[in-house]
Amino acid sequence: MGKARTSDQLSVTFAALADPTRRAILARVAEGEATVMELAEPFKLKLPTVSKHLKVLRRAGLVTQGRQAQWRPCRLEAAPLKDVADWVERYRENWEERMGQLNDYLQELKSEEEKHGRKK
Amino acid sequence: MVVKSKPVVTLSMPSDRELVITVVLDAPRHLVFEATTNPEHVKHWWGPRRTSVTICEIDLRPGGAWRYVIRDNETGREDGFSGVYREITPPERMVYTEGWEGLPGHDYLVTATLEEKDGKTTLTSHLQYKSIEDRDGHVNSGMEGGMRETYDRLGELLAAIA
Repeated sequence: MGKARTSDQLSVTFAALADPTRRAILARVAEGEATVMELAEPFKLKLPTVSKHLKVLRRAGLVTQGRQAQWRPCRLEAAPLKDVADWVERYRENWEERMGQLNDYLQELKSEEEKHGRKK
Repeated sequence: MVVKSKPVVTLSMPSDRELVITVVLDAPRHLVFEATTNPEHVKHWWGPRRTSVTICEIDLRPGGAWRYVIRDNETGREDGFSGVYREITPPERMVYTEGWEGLPGHDYLVTATLEEKDGKTTLTSHLQYKSIEDRDGHVNSGMEGGMRETYDRLGELLAAIA
């Protein structure tokens, strides 16, 4: 899944995530399903504003909405987030490997400096 | 015998074209600066573990160039990386461009700051890309391996981007 998604799809996900209100909405639906009303309340948003944000999140595949006409509960879809997490994680691991090498080497430098006394 | 360490690296994305990488290294700042700016030291640690540094040139002054070539110990493949220093403030700050020679024109600007506390140094690398595509491309290139289940990291990720 992570590999199949293209960089373009990642960009759509990132664009959807690039808004604090949408991230707050996601954080809320990550705790459990919520109606549009329930999403609007804590942020003191008007319903059309919430609907606009939900549209962006739905297009990015981050949120799905139920069919019940009146409630239409919103639910988090984790797959695109997992792609972002995989993407970030691979990069982070690469840095961790490099920084691990630097840190190991620094221990050698440190013990040499202790042996010879610090030169300034 | 030095025990192989794995310092914790944290990563954040303040905007579409930026990445900020932070790591705490177990050494005082002057040593971290020395290890990252002196070619005699850089060649001992730069690049992934499976590679060796074959060329390491550093002209440490504003406008001065740097160039590293790493060779994959198994495949023999060589990759060059290079850039130009913009600012050098020993031992606390460096600003330089960096790019993979296999993809010219997609270099990015690195601002590295070093802060020391209790004998440890926090190295913060701020990477500024020319475009979101460059940033995504950088992360996707040569970073294979290490794929693992990350569902349990979702909470962490949401916290990081929130």
